[in-house]
Amino acid sequence: MQFTSYLENGKLTVALTGEIDHHTAKSCIQAISAKIEAYTPDTCVLDFQEVTFVDSSGIAVVINALRAMNRIEGVLVLSGLSVQPLKVFRASGIDKLVQIKEAVV
Amino acid sequence: MKFENYMILEFPSKSCNEAFARSAVACFASQMDPTLEELGDIRTAVSEAVTNAIVHAYPQELGTVTVRCRILKDNVLDIVVKDKGVGIPDIDQARRPMYTTGGSERSGMGFTIMESFMTSLTISSEPGKGTTVHMRRKLQRRQ
Repeated sequence: MQFTSYLENGKLTVALTGEIDHHTAKSCIQAISAKIEAYTPDTCVLDFQEVTFVDSSGIAVVINALRAMNRIEGVLVLSGLSVQPLKVFRASGIDKLVQIKEAVV
Repeated sequence: MKFENYMILEFPSKSCNEAFARSAVACFASQMDPTLEELGDIRTAVSEAVTNAIVHAYPQELGTVTVRCRILKDNVLDIVVKDKGVGIPDIDQARRPMYTTGGSERSGMGFTIMESFMTSLTISSEPGKGTTVHMRRKLQRRQ
């Protein structure tokens, strides 16, 4: 999976692209954790605007990012979710653990 | 006019086939004129079932995963995902949300997602013989 990230005023934004499944999740988890550890941001925004598919592996991606942000007492935000990823996150109840902003519905 | 139809896919348990399997089933289902949301639900449930077979059924070696889809009357899509792998010793435990024997990159939500996205879900498994996941989804007829 390719992604871009940028840091602005303590806010790290990671823009994910493509499909998040078991095949792509591991590298995605490692890359996000490395960015959080390197920059220790106050807030980390996972931007799903260019993500076309998420299955339960995407839940693991969010949980791992949440753990990494909890360790540094930061906040995790999900943004740009379309209907399919939003439905997966709601079915898992993860929408109650993280902030979801700017859903594209 | 709708007619009954079916397709069968067979592939090795390589993780790169997860995207192929869910896309192939979505392509097949598109003749039922599903909504985008229904198509998303089907892709997600198939991805979960196929990923389970790839991750859990054949932990040591590659094996074969079979996906069979049928279009039944009344706009029902019938999907069977079958493997001949190690099987699930305790299905009730496996279906429990958050339960996983995988690593931290697994969430243990696969069966929960399949249950909530499909109309019905049946799992049969025999240790050493394999697992069959049988799902059905009734699609709404569009006006």
